[in-house]
Amino acid sequence: MVNLPPPGVLLALVGLVLLFIRSPQLRKAIILISPLIVLATIWSIPDNTVSLGTHFLFWDLVPVRMDPLGRLFATIFSLMAFAGGLFALRQKRVSELSAAFVYAGGAIGVALAGDLITVFIFWELMAIASTVVIWSAVTPESYKASIRYLMLHLLGGVILMAGIIGHVVEHGDIAFQSMSPDSWSHILILVGFLINAGAPPFSSWLSDAYPEASYTGTVFLSAFTTKTAVYVLIRGFPGTEILIYLGLFMVFYGIVYALLENDMRRILVYSIINQVGFMVVGIGIGTEMALNGAAAHAFAHIIYKGLLLMSAGAVLYRTNERKCSNLGGLFQSMPLTTICGTIGALAISSFPFTSGFVSKSMIATAAAEQHLAFVWYLLAAASAGVFLHAGIKFPWFVFFQKDSGMRPKDPPWNMSAAMVLFAALCIGIGCYPDPLYALLPYATNYVPYTVPHVVNMLQLLLFAGLAFFLLLPWMKRTLTITLDLDWLYRRLFPRVWVVGSAAFIVYQQRVSAFTELMVYRTIMSLKRIHGGKGLLSRNVSTNSASIGALVLLCVWLVSFYK
Amino acid sequence: MTAHLPVLQVVLPLMAAPLCVVIRQLTLVRLFSLVVTGTAFLISATLLYQVNTAGPISYAIGNWPAPYGIEYRIDLLNAVLLFIISLIGFLVLIYSKNSIAREITQNRLYLFHSLYLLCMTGLLGMVITGDVFNLFVFLEITALSSYALIAMGGGRLGNPQALYAAFRYLILGTLGGTFYIIGVGLMYMMTGALNMADLARLLPSVFDTTTIQAALGFLVVGITLKMALFPLHMWQAAAYARAPSTVSSFLAATATKVAVYVQLRMIFTVFGQIPLFRDTPLDEILIVLALSSMIIGSLSAVYQKDMRRMLAFSSLAQIGYIVLGIGLNNATALSASIVHLFNHALMKSALFMALGAVFMSTHSVKRGAMRGLGRNMPITMAAFVVAGLSLIGVPLTSGFISKWLLVQGALESGMWPVALMILVSSLLSIIYIWKVVEAAYFKKPKRALPKARDPGPTMWVPMWILAAASIWFGVDAGTTVGIANKVAETLLGGVPQ
Repeated sequence: MVNLPPPGVLLALVGLVLLFIRSPQLRKAIILISPLIVLATIWSIPDNTVSLGTHFLFWDLVPVRMDPLGRLFATIFSLMAFAGGLFALRQKRVSELSAAFVYAGGAIGVALAGDLITVFIFWELMAIASTVVIWSAVTPESYKASIRYLMLHLLGGVILMAGIIGHVVEHGDIAFQSMSPDSWSHILILVGFLINAGAPPFSSWLSDAYPEASYTGTVFLSAFTTKTAVYVLIRGFPGTEILIYLGLFMVFYGIVYALLENDMRRILVYSIINQVGFMVVGIGIGTEMALNGAAAHAFAHIIYKGLLLMSAGAVLYRTNERKCSNLGGLFQSMPLTTICGTIGALAISSFPFTSGFVSKSMIATAAAEQHLAFVWYLLAAASAGVFLHAGIKFPWFVFFQKDSGMRPKDPPWNMSAAMVLFAALCIGIGCYPDPLYALLPYATNYVPYTVPHVVNMLQLLLFAGLAFFLLLPWMKRTLTITLDLDWLYRRLFPRVWVVGSAAFIVYQQRVSAFTELMVYRTIMSLKRIHGGKGLLSRNVSTNSASIGALVLLCVWLVSFYK
Repeated sequence: MTAHLPVLQVVLPLMAAPLCVVIRQLTLVRLFSLVVTGTAFLISATLLYQVNTAGPISYAIGNWPAPYGIEYRIDLLNAVLLFIISLIGFLVLIYSKNSIAREITQNRLYLFHSLYLLCMTGLLGMVITGDVFNLFVFLEITALSSYALIAMGGGRLGNPQALYAAFRYLILGTLGGTFYIIGVGLMYMMTGALNMADLARLLPSVFDTTTIQAALGFLVVGITLKMALFPLHMWQAAAYARAPSTVSSFLAATATKVAVYVQLRMIFTVFGQIPLFRDTPLDEILIVLALSSMIIGSLSAVYQKDMRRMLAFSSLAQIGYIVLGIGLNNATALSASIVHLFNHALMKSALFMALGAVFMSTHSVKRGAMRGLGRNMPITMAAFVVAGLSLIGVPLTSGFISKWLLVQGALESGMWPVALMILVSSLLSIIYIWKVVEAAYFKKPKRALPKARDPGPTMWVPMWILAAASIWFGVDAGTTVGIANKVAETLLGGVPQ
C-alpha cells in the first residue's frame, strides 16, 4: 500500500470524519466498510516492515512496525471495530461511534507502534477518546465516572511519559523493545502500562466507569484499553516475575467482586479484570508458550467478552434494566440473545470446543511446563471461579432463573448479526484453532484437545456448575436455615466464603475511605492557602511585596559570604 | 533599506505612537496602527530569517561605533523574541477592535492605540538593544505605558479595582526597574562600560569584587520581579485580571517573556564569560524559585473563580517552567525554555482572547458565568479548549513539546524529583483547565444566555490563528525546536564550564 496513512491513524481519521457526515446512510456505510479496509491494510503490510514516519524532536518515529504479535492485536482490534460498529449501527449519538473509532484507531496504533513515543501518543489518544465514549451515555453518573476515569488515565499517561523520557535519557533511543524493571524509568513505564491493565491497586476504574457507558459503549470499552495494555506488557516486559503475582491477584479480585455483584454489566466488567489477570500471569511466566497463550487469550477474550457485553447490551436496550435481580426468564422471548450470550459464557469458562478453551489452556500448560505448581493450581481453581461468576451466573440470572414477566423481543438485525458473528467466531476458533495458532508470535505445535485435558476441564466445570446450583439459594441471598449434616457445605463453606470476601471488601473500603479523607483534608488545607483570600493568592499590599523583594536580595547577598 | 531594518523595528512604532494622538479620528488611528504593527511584524520576520541564515546583525545607531554609541545587536535569541512580540502585537491589535470599544471609554480609544504602540516599542527596544542602559530606558517606556493601559480597564465599566491594580503594578514595577538600574550602575562603576559585549569582556577581571556580586544580585532580583516569579508575582494576578482583555492578551504573552529574555541576556551574555552556575548559587536559587512558582502557581490557579486570575496564576507556573529550564543548565533544558517562551506566548494569548470574547457577551469572566457557553459560543470555547490542551501539554500540541524537552532536560541533569514536580504541575493544570471545560460544556447555565454569541471574525480569527499555531507547532516541531537548539547551543557555548 502506498501513501495510505498508518492503519491506526486511518481509522482515527475515519472516526473524526464521522462527526461531520449528516447522511445516516453514508455514515452507516463508512462504519461498516472502514474497519475492513483497515484490516486489509494491516494484512497488506508484509512482516518485518518498518516504516519511518515523521520526526519528533531528535528522533525518527516508527509508526508502523509489522510483526506477528503486532498484526495479531491489530487484526483483532479492527475486527472488534467492525463488529462493534455493526452492533452500534443504530446508535443515535454519533459522538459515541466517532469516539469509538478514534479509540480503536489508537489501539491499532499502539499495536503497530515501533517506538515508545508513538506508543505514548496513541496511548493518550485512547484515554481521551474512551472518555468521550463514556460521556456519550449522557447520564450524570456516567459523567462523574468518566472524570474519575480520565484523571486516573491521565495520571497513568504522565507516569508513562516520565518513564519513557527517562528511558530515552538512559539509553538514547526510543525503540520499543523488551525491557526489565531494573531502573526507575522502566519501573515507571511498567506502572504506566499496569494502570491500563487494571492491575492492583488500580483495578477499580474498570468497574467504576465501564458499566456507566451506553449499551453499545461498553462493548467498545471492553476491548481496547486493557488489551493494549496486555499487548505492551507482552512486548515490553515478558517474563517479569512480579506480573505472575499481580495477575493472580487480578484473577481472584475479579471473581470475588463479580460473585457479589448484581449489575449484569458490572459482573462482566469484573470478569475482564479476572481474564486480563490470566493474561498477565502468562506474561509473567514469559516462556514462548506462555506468551503465545497470553496473546491468544487476549484475541479470544476480546471476541467472547464483546459477545457477552453485546448480549447484555441487547437486554439493556430492550428492557432498560441492569440488575440481575430484576431480570430473568428472558429466554422465552429473546432466544437468539440467549443462545449467543450462553455461547459467550461457555467460551469465557473455556468450555471445550470454544475459543476460551484453546487459548487459556496454553497459559496453564506453560505454568505446568515451568513447574510452577501453585500457579497451576490457583489457575485451575480460578477457572472454576470464572465458570461460577461469568459462565453460569450471568446467563442464569439474566436469561433463565425466575420469570421476571418481561417479554422483550430480540434486538434489531444489526445487533443480532454482530452477536451471531462473534458467536460463530467463538465456536469456530474453539473447533478449529489452527488459524489462530498460526497468527501467534511464536511458532507452536500445541494441541489443546488431548483426552486428559478435556476430561480435566469438564470435571472442573461440572463440579463448579454443581456448586453453583447447590449454592444457588445463597447466591440469591434467600438463605433458609436447616441445621443438618449438609450444614458443612450449605453453611460453613459459604460462610467462610462470605466472611472472607466481606473482610476483603471491608478492608478495601477502609483503605479507600481513609485515602479519601486524607485527600479531602489536603484539598481543604490547600484551598485555605491558595483559594480566594488565601495567603498565596490574595492581593498582597505593595508593602509586603517590596519586603519580599528585599528579602530575596538579602538571601542573594548573604549566599555569597561562603 | 534592509540594512536599517533593526532601527526601523523600534523607530516605526515609536514615531507612530504620537502620530496616533495627532490623528485622533478613531477609524484612521486604528487603520494606521494596524499598518504599523503589521509592518513591524514583517520586519521582525525578515530579521529572523536573516539572522537564521546569515548570522547575527550588529547595527550602530547614528553610525557611532559600538563602545561609544548604542549598538543594536540581533542574534537568534532576540530575533525570536522580536518575532513573538510583533506577531502577538499585530494579532492582538486586530482582535482589539470590538473588545476595547466595550471596555474602554470612547474618548480615550485613540490614546489606547498610542499607548499600545509605545508599549510595543518598549518591548521591542528592550529586546533589540545591545546596551544595558538603553535597555533600562525601554524598560521604563514599557512599564509606564503598561501602567496606563491597565488603568484603562477602570474606564467604561466602572471598575476602580483596575486603578488599584495599576498602582500596585506601578510601585512594584518601579522597584524592579530601580533594582535593575542599581545593578547597571554598580557594573558601570567597576568597568566603565554599558555595552553588553564590552561588559562581557571586562567583567571577569572584577567579578571577585563584592560590588559586581551585589550588582548581579540587584539585577537578578529586579528582573525576577519583572517576570513575576514567585515570591515576587503579587502584582501579576490583579493586573491581568483588571486590565482590559486586549491588554491582558498582549502583556501576558509578551511582557514577562521579555523579562525572561533580559534574564537570559544577563546570565549568558553580560556575565557570559563567568561560569555563574558553577561559581555562584544562582542555579539553585533559580531552580527553587521556579519549582515553587510551578507548584504554587498551579495550585492557586485551581482555586481561582475569576478566570483571568486563574490564567495569571497559570502564567506564574509557566514562567516557572521557563526559568527551571534556565536553572537546569543543560542544552536540552535551555532549549525547552526557549521553545516554551514561544509556545506559551501563543497559547496564553489565545486563552486571554477567548476570555475577552466571553467577557464581551456575558460581562463576567467568573467560572460560574461560563456555564453552558460551549453551546452558545462554540468557536470561542473550542479555541479555549485547544489552547488549554496545549497549556496542559497533551501530545500533538506545542505544550507537549516544551514539557517533553523540559522533563528530558531535568532527567539529563539527573534530577528525578524535579521531573516529578513538572509532571505534578501539569496534572494540576489539567484540573484548572478542566474546571472551565466542565462549566462550559457540562453545566446548564443558571439563567438563559440569549445574548451570548460568538464574536465577529475580527476577534475569532486572531484567536484561532494562535490556537491553530499551538497545534501546528506541536505536530511539526522541527522549526521551533531547531531554532531553540541553535540558540541554546550558542548561549551555553560562550560560557566557560
